[in-house]
Amino acid sequence: MRRMLSFRDFDWTLLAMVLVLCTISVMEVYSATLHTRFTSFHTKQVFWIAGGLVAMFILAKVDYHKLVDWSPWAYGVCLVALAAVKVVGHKALGARRWFAFHGFQFQPSEWVKLVLVLVVARYFANLGGRNLTWKEIFKALALVGVPMVLVLVEPDLGTTLIYMPVLIAGLFLGGISLRQALILITCAIVLIGGAWSSGKVLKPYQKARLTSFVNPDNDPKGSGYQVRQSLIAVGDGGVWGKGAEKGSQTQGYFLPIPYTDFIFAAFSEEHGFVGAILVLLLYFFILMRLIQNAQTAADLSGSLIIMGIVAVLTFQIVVNVGMVIGFMPVTGIPLPLMSYGGSSVLFTFLALGVAMNVRMRRFVN
Amino acid sequence: MVSEHRDNRGEKIPNIKLVAVQWGILLLMLALVAGLWRLQVLGAQNFRSLAEQNRIRKVPVLAPRGKLFDRDNRLIVDNYPSISCFLVREQGHNVEADLPLIAKGLNLDLEQLRATIRRYRAEPGYQPIPIKQDMTADESAFVAAHRNELPELETIDEERRLYPRDGYAAHLIGYVGEVSEDDLNNPRYATYEPGDVVGKAGVEETYDALLRGQDGARDVIVDSHGREVGYLGTQHAIPGKDLNLTIDNDIQKAAELALGPREGAVVAMDPRSGEILAMVSHPSYDPNDFAVRINRAAWSKLVTDPMHPLMNRAIQAQLAPGSTFKILMSLAGLQEGIAQDFKVVCNGGATFYGQFHACDHHHGLVDIEHAIPWSCDTYFYTLADRLGIDTIAKYAHEVGLGERTGVDLPNEAAGVVPSTEWKLRNYHEKWYAGETISVGIGQGPVTVTPIQLARMISGIASDGHFVRPHVVDPAQLPPEFRSALYDSFPGSGVATVPLDPANWMIITEGMAQATSPGEFNTAFASHLDGIDFAGKTGTAQVASHAALKLMKGVDTKPNGWFVGVIPRRNPEFVVCVLFQHGDWGSNAARLATYVAAAYVDKQRRLEHNILEQAGQTKPVEVGALWSNPDGKGGFQGGHFVVDPAAGLQMAKSGKNTPQGLKPQSDSAKLTHGLKPVPSALADEVQPAMIVPRREDLH
Repeated sequence: MRRMLSFRDFDWTLLAMVLVLCTISVMEVYSATLHTRFTSFHTKQVFWIAGGLVAMFILAKVDYHKLVDWSPWAYGVCLVALAAVKVVGHKALGARRWFAFHGFQFQPSEWVKLVLVLVVARYFANLGGRNLTWKEIFKALALVGVPMVLVLVEPDLGTTLIYMPVLIAGLFLGGISLRQALILITCAIVLIGGAWSSGKVLKPYQKARLTSFVNPDNDPKGSGYQVRQSLIAVGDGGVWGKGAEKGSQTQGYFLPIPYTDFIFAAFSEEHGFVGAILVLLLYFFILMRLIQNAQTAADLSGSLIIMGIVAVLTFQIVVNVGMVIGFMPVTGIPLPLMSYGGSSVLFTFLALGVAMNVRMRRFVN
Repeated sequence: MVSEHRDNRGEKIPNIKLVAVQWGILLLMLALVAGLWRLQVLGAQNFRSLAEQNRIRKVPVLAPRGKLFDRDNRLIVDNYPSISCFLVREQGHNVEADLPLIAKGLNLDLEQLRATIRRYRAEPGYQPIPIKQDMTADESAFVAAHRNELPELETIDEERRLYPRDGYAAHLIGYVGEVSEDDLNNPRYATYEPGDVVGKAGVEETYDALLRGQDGARDVIVDSHGREVGYLGTQHAIPGKDLNLTIDNDIQKAAELALGPREGAVVAMDPRSGEILAMVSHPSYDPNDFAVRINRAAWSKLVTDPMHPLMNRAIQAQLAPGSTFKILMSLAGLQEGIAQDFKVVCNGGATFYGQFHACDHHHGLVDIEHAIPWSCDTYFYTLADRLGIDTIAKYAHEVGLGERTGVDLPNEAAGVVPSTEWKLRNYHEKWYAGETISVGIGQGPVTVTPIQLARMISGIASDGHFVRPHVVDPAQLPPEFRSALYDSFPGSGVATVPLDPANWMIITEGMAQATSPGEFNTAFASHLDGIDFAGKTGTAQVASHAALKLMKGVDTKPNGWFVGVIPRRNPEFVVCVLFQHGDWGSNAARLATYVAAAYVDKQRRLEHNILEQAGQTKPVEVGALWSNPDGKGGFQGGHFVVDPAAGLQMAKSGKNTPQGLKPQSDSAKLTHGLKPVPSALADEVQPAMIVPRREDLH
């Protein structure tokens, strides 16, 4: 039996929660840029969100199976783009991550996330969920590893790490055995330890950023500055917050980039523990809702796509909020749906569009 | 829709794995909540204060320093407005790169500026660094014009010290300067911060805690670039306390002029209270040079000057007292009961222990009554020999020689009173009786300071009542400051030495005799007709005869001393003059007469001035009688209470309303000393007619 594809099957609950977060985001971007030269950023953010919504609906219309079929081609394009950005990209903050195009900056590494989710889902779906051989595992590693290395040399450590949960989710849900997992983890520890001590893979500023969060007061004006100011901002908020546009850390610009990476610190200062918990609850419900959609998906590839998205979003939320409250190093990973920025907003909405796509086709036989 | 993935349809992710993922996410979220709890609930207090520190900057509001007045409320040290420039190290702005431009615009030495900033390296970043005081209009304009390029520069209006010119009372007043690093390590300066202005000498140093007041602060809100974005409030500065010195400008002026270009010191004091009326030390310096930071060359010139202009000779010059010491010798001889019946035949000197000691004249038969005015050396050689060094030392210490007087000025010197014990301690040698002979005339190892001599003579002339000299009336001081002051300036202070009235009479008569006309009277130069001015001169060699021959190019003329009191007993005024290389004590005596005359002159003027006589606070009752202004003849009389404060104020402001004059026609209220005006006359008084003119009030 065939049913007409209908937006009644669209996940309106999920969208409602997402839009609440987006509203909070626009408000906080407004507050955090109030006395700076970035005062128009909240309107730009509204445009990005609107654009994201349109893109989401469009993507929801295209059958995700087609997306999965096209994904190998997209993957190829991504690798070329990543290689190209290293050569001709726009240099900012010491790294080549962007293409500058008619005044817009375009960061290919953001888009690779989505393509990677699709490619990995396709790969494991084709394996059919049975036990994996070592050969299959190494193929998966290579699939994710190649773009990772390309991004790492940009250098953009944060985005490199975002690709990891896609791989981990794929392996875990795709049928890796406990023994294989343990062996892989051991190898990873040895490799990471070796890379760290060799001093060739990571640049010194990356190392300093990765370690300074443990004790930011050691170098309060240098590598520990961002973490320290972020902790002060969050703590300054207290239980109820200092009120919108009243956070001294945010308004005095002591908090670095309070509208992008540290927007959660700005929000926590102005809206306190209560506000922060509300935002975390919204994220939790969004993730739970997505997992529910993965459960009801029509096939394995659909489930794997949604779980890949869940993995990426969870990773970004935990790493960003962890960074803001001093649990994680400063990595430059934006908070999905909250941080200002076109690439980030568009990726999130496109990812949600794919998830909707899967949900809308759960009864399609 | 048909899909080639249909073969996957049956396969699903095991539910248990999805549940595991859900639990994993829940645990991660709970960890984040725990982190937020730790910061926002448990640590809120701590982080809030850190945030406050971030955003609030204290901009100092400098307290104006207390002014100094003389005893008659005449201004001596004033403040004037001045602009200072501070540098605020703000993060994110490279101050180092701006320094050459700053140095150029503010006319500073680049290296010196760097050194200044280096000294503040350990201080917190919000602490402003003072880099330029007393900016010129051009320099202020430079800062204003570069507000954007040099956001680290800040200007502050402050008050700066304005001292009298030509070194007037410079040693007594002292000067201020930026607190040094050494001072900051001293617990006395615990409350001071780098860049604070602190008294460095004289009254400025002793009374710094009162004069400095308390700086206030403006709390301003800044952003992370240090830009001022808001304003919270001001803690007002508490101005420093104004102080009245005991100095009398009239007498100080006379003393400054009397000493003139000569090297030496003058101390004038009220022996009844210890109030210093004048204190002069020449050569002097201009403290205004220190009010703005002194440059290195000028400073080293002052410190290395062989004339030691920075030295306050009145309390720091330790010199042989010469014949002024004979007052003490007389006291010791009389108190010991030796001098009364003791006569010496002076043949121009005498031989003691195989050595001849000369006298200036052949005085013939000399007793104590003549020995003092004639200053007969032979007499005092013999007396010293009779008394012995330790008896002399005992009396010297009793009258405060060899000890600080406890004057409220820093770094007072104690002088030296030799004794057998003193020699043993300092030279590990025994005292030879022959050495006592020259001590008898104030030579040898004995040294005194001018202020010690003034205190000693006043005490002896006041029946043994010795005072603590001071330059600030303690009545103006808070009690805890006063007691701390006495502890930090220990000295002989207030003391009573019981004297036999007869001895006291003999000494004071001798001093009076010295200033009177007479063949041998040494202090005749200080004679003032009609004034009971008693005194003693001293002429002290600056070195032994043997040493004198070796010294060439150095002024080796003897130092002249004079100490005098008015009147001879229970004096109201004492003056001590040290005229270094003045050749004779009589030269010092001549200088002293100028100071004494100024004092007497002032007293005479005061007696004719009701207002000043009454002091500045107490109202005075005045009776007056005047002819009728309408020209019809006859008199009017009245009785008035004159309030000097209000009266003077009115006279100064030139207003016509006689607020200071309150007619008091009720004769029943009249008090002692003033005869009641007959009521018939009193009734005619028309208070409105009494319009004082300026002259009436002075």
